[in-house]
Amino acid sequence: MQILANIVVLTSLYALVASGYVLVYKVSRVLNLAHGELMILGAYLLVATSAGIASDPLVAIALTAMFSIVVGLSVYLLLMRKMTGQPVLAAVLTTVALGILLRGAMVLIWGPQQLNVGAMISFDNASIALTDSVRVSTAALWLVVCTFLVYLGLLAFLHMSRWGMRMRASGQNALLAAQRGINLHTVYALAWTLSTFSGSLAGVLVTLDSRIDVNMAVIGLKAFPAALVGGLDSLPGALIGAGVIAALEVLLIHYVNPLLSDVVPFLVLIAILIVRPWGLYGTKEELNRV
Amino acid sequence: MSNIETGIGKMTPATTRRKRLSQNQVAWIGLIVLLVLLPTSATPFHLDIASQIFIAGIGALALMVLTGIAGQISLGHSGLMAAGAFTTGILYKETGAGIWITLPASVVAGAVIGLIFGLPSLRLRGIYLAMSTLALHFLVIYLGGEYEFASGASTGIFLDPPVVFGFEIYDGYAWYYVLLALVAGTYWGCRNLLNSKTGRAWEALHANETAAEALGVQVANYKLLAFVITSGIASFSGALFAYYQNFVSVEAFTLFLSIQYIAMIIIGGMGSLPGALLGAVFVTLVPYFVEWLMEAVPYIGLDITTVSSASYAAFGLLMILFLVFEPSGLTGIWKRLVGQFASPSKREDTP
Repeated sequence: MQILANIVVLTSLYALVASGYVLVYKVSRVLNLAHGELMILGAYLLVATSAGIASDPLVAIALTAMFSIVVGLSVYLLLMRKMTGQPVLAAVLTTVALGILLRGAMVLIWGPQQLNVGAMISFDNASIALTDSVRVSTAALWLVVCTFLVYLGLLAFLHMSRWGMRMRASGQNALLAAQRGINLHTVYALAWTLSTFSGSLAGVLVTLDSRIDVNMAVIGLKAFPAALVGGLDSLPGALIGAGVIAALEVLLIHYVNPLLSDVVPFLVLIAILIVRPWGLYGTKEELNRV
Repeated sequence: MSNIETGIGKMTPATTRRKRLSQNQVAWIGLIVLLVLLPTSATPFHLDIASQIFIAGIGALALMVLTGIAGQISLGHSGLMAAGAFTTGILYKETGAGIWITLPASVVAGAVIGLIFGLPSLRLRGIYLAMSTLALHFLVIYLGGEYEFASGASTGIFLDPPVVFGFEIYDGYAWYYVLLALVAGTYWGCRNLLNSKTGRAWEALHANETAAEALGVQVANYKLLAFVITSGIASFSGALFAYYQNFVSVEAFTLFLSIQYIAMIIIGGMGSLPGALLGAVFVTLVPYFVEWLMEAVPYIGLDITTVSSASYAAFGLLMILFLVFEPSGLTGIWKRLVGQFASPSKREDTP
């Protein structure tokens, strides 16, 4: 049973991070390889606000959420906006470069040592007993709840609101969407903002559960296969992909070899790329086949 | 007067072309002489940097042919270099094999892994291909780590200096000339390859796969060939890197290394072989430049993490600047400068 709880928590983490990949890819066909770094930046923003501005944990978290929105918006306006209409590869490499830049900058600002964010905002990460034998930490529980809420909110937003419809339309055919008077820059900026927000949320929650250091950005890289397994442009797919990756990872670590944890997501990635490159629920037409 | 001039111009296109070619040759000969004589006034520190540049140059040439010429994206370059380094390391450690066995074995191992890297390219394009090479990179690194773990060499494998014809390549001067010869040879080989049928096929499938196929280029074969050849070269440079450092460890072959090589070909200028070498020079020098800059500015703590993270940030910034403002890289800047100083008639053919 404990294994099942671990799988659910890891699924939530991967799903929350993967939603960021899916949002940006679905809307603008850009793969954001700086997502892991943006995620950790969100956690460091909490460090900054709790140390500098607000000592109250709730205020600090609210401010962090606001800052993460500013970060997402400025990433698009200052950088990715210039790559609109450029070859996809150039845009992807720009995000790679952004990731490197952020990684270096974060170490320069906050240092290479591990920080305990939980202690900074006096968050008590107590272990909660769900049943007699199953225990999860408070942060992990929050992670599951938040992932659920974020997915509910995003799906409702994409399918019920006017702006959500515009986002989906831009993703399906940018040219036609622009012809119908949709401002692509606004839509793309919205996608980047939402993606950075959900990524930062994941970053804050996962670092509350352990500690924070720059190398945790690798979680972003491990969550990417989850997005791809489900289909890069499908939000429900990302949830299922996260479940597949998380289950395989937890089970293989538990029963086979702990060293496998770093490669399992990528093994699944290779398998899915060979068998079904567009993922379980992705759109098939988008992929040019030779 | 003007008639005479145009008359001369019309009469001697061949001579001007020959003259331009010889100018080019003079420049090359000058560069080679300079590079050969350079060590006479260099410190061991300079020789070390130069040797690093040469090793990086070999790897960058391979990636340039694969990505810049054949148009196949790879995020797994450091995995291929790791494959070469580990083949050399493992062969040396287990059998004590010499350089005449380890280097060819590394090239073969790299070519085989390159074939595996290339197989997804038959089905995938663009970012999907990049992702599959990224995944394979992690797989190679995992296998290397497993070997280190299983063989008890958890810190890595130590190598003795290579022996060539009874001559031990140990000091900086020897390495400098050996690596200079190897990078020149690689450049020469790549150049000839690009001027051959293979190179034209690669350029054709880069420009338009469907059109290339229609023209009779066997797209699948040439794609795999591109992966096999460049992976062999990348693996070779990884093996050289291992010998040069006297040490093999998975720690050296991070994703960041792959990104550095991509930075080299972007900064150098996509599709240009001299660009790959320029990019290798530039990217190798960045950390030293950052360190020099930080030493020049007082009141900054100079520990290794500060310098390395500052050069991380500098890399990211440089890549962004080149991607956004100068996508054709250093060769693009060079061509524009030449175009500005050249005569108007020349300027026309360099838009």
